[in-house]
Amino acid sequence: MTNLLNTILVTILVMNLFALGTSRILAVTRVVAAQGVLLGFIPLLVHKSLVMPVLLMAAAAISIKAILIPSIIVRALRDAQIKHEVKPLIGFLPSIILGAIATAFALLFAGQLPLAGNHYDTLLVPTAIATVLVGFIQLVTRYKAISQVIGYLILENGIFIFSMLLVEAMPLIVEMGVMLDLFVGIFVTCIIINHINQAFSSMDTRELVSLKE
Amino acid sequence: MIFFPLVMAAIAAAVPSNRLRPWLLPVTAVVHFATTVFVLIRPDLMVTAKWLILDPPGRIVLLVVSTLFLFCSFYTVGYLQYRMERSNRVFCACLLGFLGIMSIVVWSHHLGLMWVAIEATTLCTAPLIYFNRTQHSIEATWKYLMVGSVGIALALLGTFFLAYASLQAGLESTLVFEDVLQDAALLSKPWLHAAFILLLVGYGTKMGLAPMHTWKPEVYGEVPGVVGAIFAGGVTSCAFLAIMRIYQICLAAGEYAYISRMLLFMGLFSMAVAGLFMVSQRDFKRMLAYSSIEHMGILVLGLGIGGPALFGTMLHIVTNGMTKGVLFLSAGNIHRAYGSKSTEIVCGAMRRLPLSGSLFLAGFLAITGSPPFGPFISEFAILNGAFSDGRFVTAGLFLLLLLVVFIGMGATVLKVVQGRAPKQVQNTPYRDGLLTAAPVVIFMGIVLLLGLYIPAPLSGMLNDAVRFLEGRP
Repeated sequence: MTNLLNTILVTILVMNLFALGTSRILAVTRVVAAQGVLLGFIPLLVHKSLVMPVLLMAAAAISIKAILIPSIIVRALRDAQIKHEVKPLIGFLPSIILGAIATAFALLFAGQLPLAGNHYDTLLVPTAIATVLVGFIQLVTRYKAISQVIGYLILENGIFIFSMLLVEAMPLIVEMGVMLDLFVGIFVTCIIINHINQAFSSMDTRELVSLKE
Repeated sequence: MIFFPLVMAAIAAAVPSNRLRPWLLPVTAVVHFATTVFVLIRPDLMVTAKWLILDPPGRIVLLVVSTLFLFCSFYTVGYLQYRMERSNRVFCACLLGFLGIMSIVVWSHHLGLMWVAIEATTLCTAPLIYFNRTQHSIEATWKYLMVGSVGIALALLGTFFLAYASLQAGLESTLVFEDVLQDAALLSKPWLHAAFILLLVGYGTKMGLAPMHTWKPEVYGEVPGVVGAIFAGGVTSCAFLAIMRIYQICLAAGEYAYISRMLLFMGLFSMAVAGLFMVSQRDFKRMLAYSSIEHMGILVLGLGIGGPALFGTMLHIVTNGMTKGVLFLSAGNIHRAYGSKSTEIVCGAMRRLPLSGSLFLAGFLAITGSPPFGPFISEFAILNGAFSDGRFVTAGLFLLLLLVVFIGMGATVLKVVQGRAPKQVQNTPYRDGLLTAAPVVIFMGIVLLLGLYIPAPLSGMLNDAVRFLEGRP
């Protein structure tokens, strides 16, 4: 069980780096969708018994993170007719390296943290921290509004991984609320992106600079 | 109380008439306010669930939000009459939904549920910012969504860390507020510290504390005045309530020294940033945003001083909320009459709009802490607390920054109200009407009342809240 779980988590880490390194936004979206599918499997592996709430959570994670949100993003991409992230703040190769450093840091740092007994064997905590950091990198180094949304999604994925440690604290209804908020958030953001695109005829957030001191 | 506004939001989305729809707002607000008063008078009749409990600090925030919404709803009817050319379906529905969700925030005693509700307020208010549909308002909405979502995501991580703190200590992990509070002393310290920082940053973003305040001037500058008032008095108070929850947990865990330093720093830093940017500010709505950042700083500072300053802090939630109502609504009227928010065009508001102009001036005097208005009492109580706690440096900086803010804000406000209005704005159709002026007058009356005399039930509530925060039942 633990081996399988760790394999999934390592795959997620690799996907993070891939998302940082590619310029085609559609490819990044697909990677994040695949990440969503893997995230959906984690609750099944973490929990000892397959009870109804766990199954529901897995189903919700897969349907929202892997199907609904990516399809909204793909639609926004199609409406805006963009394919590439041009010239991010930090180049693609440097941002992969930065992501790798962040991942290594997370692995080292998690080793130092005082964890509860049985959490030392799995990579849940370091993966969660690394994914949050990668999400941040993606969020701050990209200019296209839609890439920033994807960065936010990766950040949320990291938080989701951390929540796997806390089964008792988060009842199903609250977990569902979090998912719903995420979904509506991305939905509203994509609507706004569409309007940005119409008003500024570009999705580049560097255009959004008229309000400043 | 929670469901009624949500149901009304659905009705508002369904009502076809642009003219009738805004009237749903006051109807809902009156019912909500009546329920609030009833619940406050007869707490024994409240239905409480394990997750939904109205505690003393919650009561204060609920009262502020409900009162603010009540008068703002009448103002909104007046405001929307000037904006008949635009469909207000989304605007009304979001505003009502927002009231319902804010009630959930206040009632929830499960930190996860609280997070869900606060995030929902972010999403609910985004369409309100976008009401004007200009390029500027898109930009403001975008910044709000991005900064707000990332901040609130950090708060979620902090919430999880808090739950993990109890798991690591060998307890059952829980996020029900009472349970966490009970076991606070046993929580794992490193995780608790990390949780506190993340929650402070996360909910601090929502409150608009510096340096996470960047969305605030943009948003407050672009939204209709009434939305600004609800943001500055309602949303921020709810986020502050979230910070009070974690404060209370840390206090019970014996971590006062650790968190107090951070709260003091954040508070003073916010005040300093606000003061710096307020000087020579030409846009009077952005100036109000910085004023809001300053007052969030004061609230956090009061919490950081703790003990003797807590009463002032609780009172400041009320006085700040009401004064923000005066300022934003009258600023909205002035903006409407002049069609501009730059002080280069807007001057002589006192002559052009005698009522709104003088209310704006009075609101400015009140918010900067001049007697005999409410904020003077609350700021004085915080200052007094700082002195009696022996924190002379903090108190000195507090006074100095208040002075800077007074001068900075004064320059802008006086430019707006004094002088002679330019010719071209003399003929704009806007005049102060009953619906757009009366709510402001009432807010001003409340602010003045709070400065002269605090009614006994209110001071009882404030004292309850202080006792509750300090963990003395």
